[in-house]
Amino acid sequence: MSTLSHAARIAWKDLRIELRSREILYTMTFFGGLLAVVYSFVFPSNADMIKIAVPGMLWVSIAFAGTIGLSRAFDRERENDTMRALLLAPIPRLSVFLGKAFAIAVLVLGVAIVVTPMLWLLLDVRLFDQPGVLMLSLVLGSIGFALVGSVFSAALIKVRSRDVLLPVILYPLLIPLFVAGTSVTAGMLAGNDDKVWYWMGFLGIYDAAFLVVSLWIFESLVIE
Amino acid sequence: MSRYLAPVFTVLGAIGLVYSFWLVFNDTPLQYSMQPSDRHVVLATGSGSLFFNQKIFFWHVPHAIMLFTAVGVAGVSSIAYLWKRNPKADDIALAAVQVATVFGAVTLLTGSIWAKAAWGHWWIWEKRLTMSLLLWLTLVGYLLVRRYAGASGERIAAGMAVFAMIGVPFIYTMVGAGDNHPQAGSEGNVATLNKDMMWPFWASMLTFLSWFIALTITRVQSARMEREVRELREKGLDSGVLES
Repeated sequence: MSTLSHAARIAWKDLRIELRSREILYTMTFFGGLLAVVYSFVFPSNADMIKIAVPGMLWVSIAFAGTIGLSRAFDRERENDTMRALLLAPIPRLSVFLGKAFAIAVLVLGVAIVVTPMLWLLLDVRLFDQPGVLMLSLVLGSIGFALVGSVFSAALIKVRSRDVLLPVILYPLLIPLFVAGTSVTAGMLAGNDDKVWYWMGFLGIYDAAFLVVSLWIFESLVIE
Repeated sequence: MSRYLAPVFTVLGAIGLVYSFWLVFNDTPLQYSMQPSDRHVVLATGSGSLFFNQKIFFWHVPHAIMLFTAVGVAGVSSIAYLWKRNPKADDIALAAVQVATVFGAVTLLTGSIWAKAAWGHWWIWEKRLTMSLLLWLTLVGYLLVRRYAGASGERIAAGMAVFAMIGVPFIYTMVGAGDNHPQAGSEGNVATLNKDMMWPFWASMLTFLSWFIALTITRVQSARMEREVRELREKGLDSGVLES
């Protein structure tokens, strides 16, 4: 129990910093809006075509905005060298990881929740017909992204070229997650429930497997 | 004993290369596909016959199998490295990834050449093509991390190899059920190959397995020596025998 309560405390610390400055939230919202504008001239303005492309647009936005938010969130620990303090704290390393990953998941989810209405608004696609399904897929996607992302962001914290290496590491490992998320959204738009729940299950199992590996590997990757 | 392993497998590979080339060009029949019943693979795409291009199968398949084997080797040795902190395990992982990157590049190139002849496109987003490409990209990422992540690069890359291994079943499921990758043999595995092609195929398999082993052992040994030189140098600097 104490592992979880320590984790909650670390997560709350991260979220409180963000709530005070709102730095990541505002900049990511702006970035998400920019992406929607970019999409509007990258893809032909044909209603059918956009409908096919929107699931991909949504998850690519989450990937891009999430990556930037991720490196910013860990930069905060690096600037004051507080990552060392966290690791030295007399609490299990697992709590540090779980707290960090939870805070990141909430941030990524926040970005996703802001980007989705923008795509709906600017590209006129009915994304909100099944809000529950959409929300669940975004939650599962954010969790998977945050798990892998936190492991490698924490490991890269001392590396000079971390901003370049983070996507190099993350994207090949996360492609199954993004494909599954895109497929859930596509199935939802097409009204194909079988497809939606198949890929939702895929997302759930992916998250579970990567949670186990992350928990095991985090400690060996961040040792100073 | 281990000093002789790499030379022995190199010689085996060299002999095998000549022998299997000769077998493949001399003994295997020119045909549309691996089995007459598989002609639909070619005919369905309407791009004509394969004839000579089919022979690339004898290099493509062994390389692809070595690619997947190497990802497993790298993943398992990375787990061992992260667990026991034994740098020898890390040497094996690095060597496996380096060799797998080369084998993977050969797989993708030979596959592309075949695909151009059979399907009329250099690349299509088919199940195993996508899977191999993703794995290969992960391996290249691993090498980039090792090279540019400085002192902690080894640990981070090892973590990447573990995640990559765990990710393989997900990639496999992800790329979907519609596998129209050409199958070898009448029942879709190499045990049911045509009799004419059976021995050339296995000769080719053994050849590239020998190359794979020889290259991996050589890479492991050189990684080990590089580490020893580095450690000796540090020791010399510490004791003042060497000047920086």
